[in-house]
Amino acid sequence: MALDEIKIGGLGASRRRVEDNRFIRGKGNYVDDIVLPGMLHMELLRSPVAHARIKSIDVSKAYDIPGVRLVLTGEMMAARNLAWMPTLSYDTQAVLATDKVRFQGQEVAAVIADDPYIAKDACQAIVVEYEQLPVIVNPFQAMESGSEVIRDDKENQPGNKVFDWEIGDKAATDKAFAEADVISKMELHYPRSHPSPMETCGSIADFNRATGKLTVYMTSQAPHIVRAAVAMVAELPEHMIRIVSPDLGGGFGNKVPIYPGYVISILASILTEVPVKWIEDKTGNLISTGFGRDVYLQGEMALRKDGKMLGMRMKTISDHGAFYADAQPSKFKIGLMHSAFAAYDLPAAHLESVGYYTNKAPGGVAYRCSFRVTEAMFFQERMVHAAANDLGMDQAEFRRINLVKDDMFPYRTAFGFLTDSGQYGKCLDIGMKAIGYDTYKAEQAEARSRGKLLGIGISTMTEPLGAGNSREYDILGIKMFDSAELRVHMTGKAILRTGAMNQGQGHQTTWAQIVAHELGIPADDVTVEEGDTDTAPFGMGTYASRSTPVAGAAVAMVARKIRAKARKIAAHLLEVSEEDIEWELGRFYVRSNKERGVTIQDCALAAYSNMPDGMEPGLENNAYYDPPNLTWPFAAYFVKVEVDAETGVWDVLKVVAVDDCGVRINPMVVEGQIMGGLTEAYAMASMQYQTYDDEGNCIGSNYMDYLLPTAWETPGFELHEVVTPCPHHPIGAKGVGECATVAGPAAFVNAVVDALGHLGVRNIDMPMMPNRVYEALTTGKDISGMPPVKMGD
Amino acid sequence: MYPSRFGYESPKTVEEAVALLDAHGGEAKVLAGGQSLVPMMRLRFAAPEMIVDINGIEDLHYNRVEADGTVRIGALCRHEELEDNPAIAKAIPTIAAAAPLVADPIVRTRGTFVGSVCHADPQGDWAATMTALGGHIVAQGPKGKRDIPIAEFVIGPFQNTLAFNEIAVEAVIPAPKGVRVGNYLKLERRVGDFATASVAVTIDMQGDTVAYAGIALAGVGGRTINANEAASALVGKKLTAENIASVAAAVAAVAEPRTDHRGSADYKRQIVKTFVERILTGLLNTSQKAA
Ligand SMILES: Cc1cc2nc3c(=O)[nH]c(=O)nc-3n(C[C@H](O)[C@H](O)[C@H](O)COP(=O)(O)OP(=O)(O)OC[C@H]3O[C@@H](n4cnc5c(N)ncnc54)[C@H](O)[C@@H]3O)c2cc1C
Repeated sequence: MALDEIKIGGLGASRRRVEDNRFIRGKGNYVDDIVLPGMLHMELLRSPVAHARIKSIDVSKAYDIPGVRLVLTGEMMAARNLAWMPTLSYDTQAVLATDKVRFQGQEVAAVIADDPYIAKDACQAIVVEYEQLPVIVNPFQAMESGSEVIRDDKENQPGNKVFDWEIGDKAATDKAFAEADVISKMELHYPRSHPSPMETCGSIADFNRATGKLTVYMTSQAPHIVRAAVAMVAELPEHMIRIVSPDLGGGFGNKVPIYPGYVISILASILTEVPVKWIEDKTGNLISTGFGRDVYLQGEMALRKDGKMLGMRMKTISDHGAFYADAQPSKFKIGLMHSAFAAYDLPAAHLESVGYYTNKAPGGVAYRCSFRVTEAMFFQERMVHAAANDLGMDQAEFRRINLVKDDMFPYRTAFGFLTDSGQYGKCLDIGMKAIGYDTYKAEQAEARSRGKLLGIGISTMTEPLGAGNSREYDILGIKMFDSAELRVHMTGKAILRTGAMNQGQGHQTTWAQIVAHELGIPADDVTVEEGDTDTAPFGMGTYASRSTPVAGAAVAMVARKIRAKARKIAAHLLEVSEEDIEWELGRFYVRSNKERGVTIQDCALAAYSNMPDGMEPGLENNAYYDPPNLTWPFAAYFVKVEVDAETGVWDVLKVVAVDDCGVRINPMVVEGQIMGGLTEAYAMASMQYQTYDDEGNCIGSNYMDYLLPTAWETPGFELHEVVTPCPHHPIGAKGVGECATVAGPAAFVNAVVDALGHLGVRNIDMPMMPNRVYEALTTGKDISGMPPVKMGD
Repeated sequence: MYPSRFGYESPKTVEEAVALLDAHGGEAKVLAGGQSLVPMMRLRFAAPEMIVDINGIEDLHYNRVEADGTVRIGALCRHEELEDNPAIAKAIPTIAAAAPLVADPIVRTRGTFVGSVCHADPQGDWAATMTALGGHIVAQGPKGKRDIPIAEFVIGPFQNTLAFNEIAVEAVIPAPKGVRVGNYLKLERRVGDFATASVAVTIDMQGDTVAYAGIALAGVGGRTINANEAASALVGKKLTAENIASVAAAVAAVAEPRTDHRGSADYKRQIVKTFVERILTGLLNTSQKAA
């Protein structure tokens, strides 16, 4: 009898997360929990100013403090050719500043001492003389002719421009505009935000002079990429480098890049010959590590009177901070921005993107998003909202007319992506019903007559998740495939290792479920390990919702290889030919006699004790998976709000989320991901942003100023599910970890703008702080750009 | 958290604590709930030589309503103990309304009412509440105790009038002149945030006539804003829509908000006006319902 898949924790089982047991008991193992004998502690001195020439650094007073072992400066790094390091976007980044500091919080010196208190005291004792330079805090200042060139360290650097890039069919787009009845415009800013994982970045570098081996415990979402980079930068042979990512306290893209602190701790361990631990403080994390967004988006849509979209022109102006350190597939300068409008049947589109250096922290990481997809979809849904209004059409109806229909797949988007599956109309219907769209217009009118402002916002989108396929997606030339390695022990228990890196997604739980689905080995019998480059197969790590689409597929594929071998063993045990064997979950049987069979566990034992003649013993294998395409989940989100006209405070009355991410491995984990994403969407819409004053001081350097919502403010979410399996993924799954962060913000903004629509308000840029909403509703004007940070009346 | 090096003492009596403060001549700091002092030490904005932790002085841990209606809040009374506290809710509705809006539930289990008043944060909720209530602080130094009226205690941003060797042992709120009603409204960006603007209102009613009115504001100035003079226009009058509107306008006029990333000065004034109106209208409505 076949096993009950749900009982063994296979596909579709809402199995409790294996990792939670240790986390809620305080038994997790984070970098800061690791203590090595004789370990020293490192602390970084950061620049208090945003742009300055370093005139001198005097470290002598630091050495006066007992317990200080080593003080490193840029000059000392330069002597070892380590003052600069490559970024993931073919740029360079200062490890410790030599000539200048280019953003507030930049690493200037490092103290290695007996304990972190001493290291911190010693940092305060270092005297740095700065000569201040003009500060540039946005791309518009950066592009002004004659403005200070931030990257004067680079040869042939044209002003402050990082790149100028375009994609799409300009001629076809121009033609669409020439034929348009209506042209609708949208212009907005997606503010900078910081992923702010609960655990900051940190590392323990342990260089062993006797063995020549360097072990680095660190907070990385992509440990194998780090190993490769260290091999190149530190000129250590790759086999002598072991990177270990233990439990990660969140990542959200923040832990993809390689940070100066890691590199300095490695050099410090090489110099001191003892392990050196560096744990970044919260402020350091917020002001210096990879941020997300910070893009100005403009565009216009060509429309036919009847509501049909004809063409789209888009332009982005992005702020990359002092070093171009975006973590993204190398071919695309502004990530997958051109995935915008992928859900819509849009005949022609063109995108122009220009990036600039500013005196702000570097980054541009894919903060819970598949490389700038968040900005793309936010713009898309704000543009769609405005276009529907300009046409005088209903929001839902306008979407229904233009969304790609079920029978149009596979569908080539105007920017060249190939979407392959979905039931967009069905998702829209479910959401409309759940939010009460039918009666809403009457309800809104009635509320307005009582001075109440009600609004509903819709956001619908499909996004490209699971980079890549190796033809198009690589990082610094390394193709974006992934891997899994499965070893079944003789008692039928197993260990699985992948090249992905769990940081809250629940890999330990869900990977075992894929094995259970493919082999019938109960999920509880499968150990999952990731993050140790000495044991895990090579992989590109976890970000951009790529784990399930890529590593998850590799898990299914390696399990199938194991099953193929087990089938041979089963034939041997059952004394029939392989062709006469059938498989049902957990068991092979003889086709002609279903009673005669052996379990997968029987086969495992036989692989070690009774293999057929000539067969290699053991039951293990690996798989490298190069996906044929991205996966394309669909999301339809609905938000209903009420705005207090006297204060601008808006309350969320209801949130409905309809997600189609294909086959759900663990529905509970999927729902957790969606709720987490919706929380972040609410956060972006309402409060979570990072800004700088005119002098380049980062406002948002601690959690009193950088606001994250708590359980108190966060609204409840009503979730709905549609399943359209991915046609090319081995188990039909699509990425989902980021859908809600990506599509969610626009639903909130559209709702507030809808509430104020009759007053003439077209746009309120995030964050929609009450004061900004109040200003919009009292003046009827749009609110654009970041909140002012200059103090004073 | 890696603060600068500091000494630590945990005295068992106020006298010992005062002696320690005296001995360190201004370089020592009292530690009550630690919810303001510790973050400052973490950021190294504060680097006291000596911490005098008063948490071991059990005598300071109380809040009580006396027979005549006077309320006494000891230096170790936590914010949390003023929340869901029926005796306090009856005696001083404004405190009951403000308590759940101070910081977040975790901070409220440690932070103290008196410590917060001492800290005199222009955005602090308790300094504003005390200012509206018009009580006094009992300070104890080497020479014994003295009473400091609240208006003379909180004198500027993060400034009180304690001598370096004095401890605030108690906050005292006088008995009401009649039936005390009141409320507290706060605009914050999320739970645990300080006020963008908040309004404390306390009214003593004799019949349907106002016998005392106190109003104070947080977040809308470089210090706690004392709007008691504007509020006193209500004394001897009934609460009516017109009186409410004119007091709300007068209170908004004494606010000293500044434009910053939380909003423009005008916006904050608008919030103050709206909140005063909402509180007073709410009080009017409940008193009409009761009648
Ligand atoms: C996350 C967070 C959010 C917060 N949000 C708010 C908020 O929304 N509203 C608000 O009002 N507050 C807020 N606070 C501050 C909080 O209310 C503090 O508890 C309060 O300001 C100080 O009280 P404490 O007992 O913690 O004092 P401590 O931190 O121990 O001391 C503060 C200062 O007062 C002095 N002091 C304390 N007690 C005495 C005494 N008895 N005699 C003499 N001097 C004394 C100390 O020496 C120190 O200088 C917040 C704090 C945090 C950490």
